[in-house]
Amino acid sequence: MDYSKHINKTISGVKPSGIRKFFDIAVEMDNVISLSIGEPDFKTPWHIRQAGIESLERGKTFYTPNRGLFELRKEISNYYFRRFNLSYIPETEVLVTVGGSEGIDLAFRTLVNRGDEVLIPQPAFVCYEPLAEMAGGVPVIIETKEENNFRLTKEELEAAITDKTTMLVLPFPNNPTGAIMEKKHLEEIAEVIIFFFIDTATTEIYAELTYGGKEHVSVASIDGMKERTVIVSGFSKAYAMTGWRLGYILGPAEILTQTTKLHQYGIMSSPTTAQYAAIEAMKNGDNDIKDMRSDYDIRRRLIVGKLNEIGLTCFEPLGAFYTFPCIRSTGLSSDEFATRLVKEKRVAVVPGNAFGECGEGFVRISYAQSLKNIKIALKRIEDFVKELKDEG
Amino acid sequence: MDKILEILSENSSFSVKELSLMLGEPEDYISAQIKEYEQTGIIRGYQAIVDTDKLSDAGVTAIIELKVTPKKETGFEELAEKIMAFEEVTSLYLMAGSFDFAVFVKGKTIQDVASFVAKRISCVDGVIATATHFMLKTYKKGGVCLFGDSDPSDGRSMVL
Repeated sequence: MDYSKHINKTISGVKPSGIRKFFDIAVEMDNVISLSIGEPDFKTPWHIRQAGIESLERGKTFYTPNRGLFELRKEISNYYFRRFNLSYIPETEVLVTVGGSEGIDLAFRTLVNRGDEVLIPQPAFVCYEPLAEMAGGVPVIIETKEENNFRLTKEELEAAITDKTTMLVLPFPNNPTGAIMEKKHLEEIAEVIIFFFIDTATTEIYAELTYGGKEHVSVASIDGMKERTVIVSGFSKAYAMTGWRLGYILGPAEILTQTTKLHQYGIMSSPTTAQYAAIEAMKNGDNDIKDMRSDYDIRRRLIVGKLNEIGLTCFEPLGAFYTFPCIRSTGLSSDEFATRLVKEKRVAVVPGNAFGECGEGFVRISYAQSLKNIKIALKRIEDFVKELKDEG
Repeated sequence: MDKILEILSENSSFSVKELSLMLGEPEDYISAQIKEYEQTGIIRGYQAIVDTDKLSDAGVTAIIELKVTPKKETGFEELAEKIMAFEEVTSLYLMAGSFDFAVFVKGKTIQDVASFVAKRISCVDGVIATATHFMLKTYKKGGVCLFGDSDPSDGRSMVL
């Protein structure tokens, strides 16, 4: 049967994730150390898991309100005030979603009209382009540069704006580069955003994972930005809760009222058990974050130091749990490098071009992996690069 | 616990240079700290965690619960010194609870251990009772899971 007539043309036009193809190769092999995975290697802290278990024991197995448990929305609101000095009203400005991913999808579908241009800085996580397209938008890519430590500059933003531009995605701390945007840089781009009346979706899922004394600053906290910004965040990375599938959106009530309709019809309500666990995370999880961040930081320093020593130059990433070394000195493309590395040395990293064409020449190395395995993997990468040099 | 100790007690194979990278401290400082820990006896040694179940000549390990009468002047110390002096004893702990010492003993065969208990340890002055338990299988040792295969993958899927 010819299905082409039956299937939505936009979705059939979306290209499959570039990472997928590479994962299929890696998954076939034994003894692979994976530095390719975008989720914490830590298990969810026990007291958080226990809160989930307890909710089940007490029979809390029903839907929650569409927007999420009120107690959780209150905790999220407290948390954003405590950590990022932003206040959101739990009743109308907080929506609990199925992971940050649903939040991103909802943000596009609420804010984008057919034909609107959506600015997406790349390298970036793979979902923005397809989801913007599915919402009827036209993705416009802004290529961030290594010499700017992969942050978005005012000039780059200005150059990409047309009269069709309505929205900017701000994915910082960034997956895959580990780049962050500091307050002064946010202030520069905020001027442009406000001047051109653009909506901003800031994805702050890695907000708790910043290093080198740099605290995450939300663009919504810059004067004049809160009313034109939706924040998408979640529990996955900060609390090692990926499998619970829980995130949230914060934004102006007028926007979230519309977003809530989408969530209500499409999802009903986010997983109940996860919401009870998340209340515990927000109430008593600050120390867990601190401990995990300190462990990530140790690994980050080791990887960055070693990669530079090996000759794969690497700017210092100050956020998330990724490094983004340049592999051009090896003479290989990103795809060749990653494929040969996994085949010859059993170390999986992700080719940089999976995150946008401008990621060519780089690979993403995740340090969400035990120190022991990172040490072994780095030795294998060192041997690999040495052998390449000897070949050449 | 200090970060150096934390890292080394999990994996002592990290070099001074690597520790210096990880902790953002100069190599001199790391070396000096480690030396101090060694000299003050905070670091007592560096060992590999060996999965002896995989060796053909691993022998047997037993835990002996020991009840003793402490000496009037020296308490448990004098007895502990005597017991830890036996070559067969690999670890020794003073316990709170229904017995006093937990003695970890290694021998080539069960008979070896049995004879060690009967002829040596039971005869130490002050020992009133022993209960010997033989270990059958090691699942976790020194914080490392030994059960299952040694494949470094950890159950996380590659999703996107």
